[in-house]
Amino acid sequence: MEKLTLDAGGVYYRQLNERIREAVAGGHTDFELINVRGQRYIADALDGDLRFHIRGVPGQDLGAFMRGPKILVTGNAQDGVGNTMDDGEIVVDGLAGDVLGYAMRGGRIMVRGDVGYRVGIHMKAYKEKVPVVVIGGKAGDFLGEYMAGGAIVLLGMFSGNASAPIAGRSLGTGMHGGVIYVRGGVPAEQLGPHLKTEAAGDEDRALLSKHVTAFAEAFGLDAKAILDAPFVRVKPFSHRPYGNLYVAA
Amino acid sequence: MAFTPIGKKYHDFQVVRDKDACINCQVCVRQCSYGVHTFDENRKCVVHDNSKCIGCHRCEALCPTDALLIQEKASDFKANACWRPEFIKYIYKQAETGGVLLTGMGSPVNIPVYWDRLLLDASQVTNPSIDPLREPMELTTFIGAKPDALAFEQTPDGPKLATKIGPQLRLKSPIMFSAMSFGSINFNLHIAMARAATELGIFYNTGEGGLHPSLYKYGANTIVQVASGRFGVHRDYLNAGGGIEIKVGQGAKPGIGGHLPGEKINAKVSETRMVPLGSDAISPAPHHDIYSIEDLLQLIFALKEASQYRVPVGVKIAAVHNVAAIASGIVRAGADYVAIDGMRGGTGAAPGMIRDNVGIPIELALAAVDQRLRDEGIRGQASVIAAGGIRCSADVVKAIALGADAVYIGTAALLAVGCTLCARCYTGKCPWGIATNDPSLAKRQNPDKAAKQMANLIRAWSHEIEEMLGGMGLNSIESLRGNRDKLRAVGLSQTELDILGVRHAGA
Repeated sequence: MEKLTLDAGGVYYRQLNERIREAVAGGHTDFELINVRGQRYIADALDGDLRFHIRGVPGQDLGAFMRGPKILVTGNAQDGVGNTMDDGEIVVDGLAGDVLGYAMRGGRIMVRGDVGYRVGIHMKAYKEKVPVVVIGGKAGDFLGEYMAGGAIVLLGMFSGNASAPIAGRSLGTGMHGGVIYVRGGVPAEQLGPHLKTEAAGDEDRALLSKHVTAFAEAFGLDAKAILDAPFVRVKPFSHRPYGNLYVAA
Repeated sequence: MAFTPIGKKYHDFQVVRDKDACINCQVCVRQCSYGVHTFDENRKCVVHDNSKCIGCHRCEALCPTDALLIQEKASDFKANACWRPEFIKYIYKQAETGGVLLTGMGSPVNIPVYWDRLLLDASQVTNPSIDPLREPMELTTFIGAKPDALAFEQTPDGPKLATKIGPQLRLKSPIMFSAMSFGSINFNLHIAMARAATELGIFYNTGEGGLHPSLYKYGANTIVQVASGRFGVHRDYLNAGGGIEIKVGQGAKPGIGGHLPGEKINAKVSETRMVPLGSDAISPAPHHDIYSIEDLLQLIFALKEASQYRVPVGVKIAAVHNVAAIASGIVRAGADYVAIDGMRGGTGAAPGMIRDNVGIPIELALAAVDQRLRDEGIRGQASVIAAGGIRCSADVVKAIALGADAVYIGTAALLAVGCTLCARCYTGKCPWGIATNDPSLAKRQNPDKAAKQMANLIRAWSHEIEEMLGGMGLNSIESLRGNRDKLRAVGLSQTELDILGVRHAGA
């Protein structure tokens, strides 16, 4: 079936999403949404091999709970991109807001520019599901807090905020699984308690190469130039952070 | 001896074994998961170590010759109204380990139980009472947003309802099984709750540990919960149940998150929660995508979109100081019900200081919420579910008269399958096979038998509720909801009466 173009201009989110669900039920798999101006929950909980090209600024919770669709945003995205996302891919050719990838379990999110606060909180991996977030710009506070699995790659290269540190404070606070890679390094005072950085090893390099190459392809950039730099990784110090905290009352 | 821990001898229980009755059959040895009873090969008899006993009474219950008695060990401490034994023992334990005191189940502390101070009305002479054994009695309850008014249209077949009514949970009795996750309790009991709820025409709540695919067939009687850890939350899960609940708080531990220790994460729990084997499953204290009522609205509607508006979406909170204002915000955010969990609500694990000192009793919270929602004219926009310390059918009736649409029971449902409130749920060694995923212990719960006992309990309570309603001259639970004139209080202060909205007995 050919690509379906929907004009979201002036359409309330409920009608827009209802229209999309009907079209998916009718067999459409390829969508172009134009004039998107803050409509929430686009592709929320959608399943399967669907493709969306969103032109404009999608609203909160883009791709929440979704399992499989591939979304390209030509523009910026708001908060909650990929909230509790199960699988699929979201590519934002612009900036993204807070809590991107919250509790994400699988799939990949790539943002060309900066992201807001609390990105990648409580990401978790399970068996073959390993969520990945690649951020081309810088990140706000609490990146990867409570992280339980998956990978975050922070490049810090395509930022509109020259004076900001590459990551805000409390990076990786309470992580008990997964890994955060930072290109070039991150000041120790930005890390959460008890966390340290170490140089990325060969295995890390293989994973970085895979996702950075995809990132470069998505945005027409040179992967080699991005990878041609030291990367550090932040890993949890324990999978049982509270194993010895308690005594039976 | 100088290095013996101070508190070693100050244990809570002692085993009294009737040597004449004991036949050394070693049932107690096999039943005790805490290693209290052992067989002494030299003396050829069963012996015990009192210091390991946690007071679960499993050995006593299964001893074939009635030779065992578990008693609280009388404290040797000098009487002191301030320094009660529990505080002394807490300090010894913490000085030894540096650990946070961990507890399970609901708080045992002596905070007033207002249910005991509230009395129900009955008809005499006028407005005659109704005998539910012979006359119809309606306990059916609908949970969800109700319209302020109904519109009808004329059709050739007569008048038809024109108002579109949002999704509802239909309960045959105003009682549901509260959220107890698979992981905190074992799979046999999840099967039992699912079957009992289905048979009874009520709902059970999955808790935050996901839903095993083999239980999807009970979805029509299932509320699926979404908590901050989002364990096992995906599109199929969200569409598996008849309702979705966002867990914000829990009465036993308001303001803190959850933490299923790695010990309890076996293969099936791992599969259902979608977390690695043996790794701790940590639920953050807040949902990090909810920092405001506006954010809560966003998640409520993300879930409504995900379930295409087919099922009600509720929000569960702990009863805290500002509960009425918080509940108002939740209703305005679009929740179809608000579940309020009082400070006596149970838990699989909570720090003792939190469980015993944070939150407020459900009776006061419920009355305050119902009044606030009425005052603001939004009571019909959402149902109210009361939870946390509902012990009997009279508590259910009183809760509904105070303004609840229905209640959640958790502890009572576990008592129905043998729990003795020993409060060590977090160890994973529950001798009754409830709060454990150890297969050798979990098999002590037969899902068929457990389902039957849970169903029996709700049936018995439902009969009693009908009797109490009938006695008040009411033939429908709807007529009792928020009908505080059916309640009178004894021994309460004017402030308490004002908050409860109840007059003193005799007045």
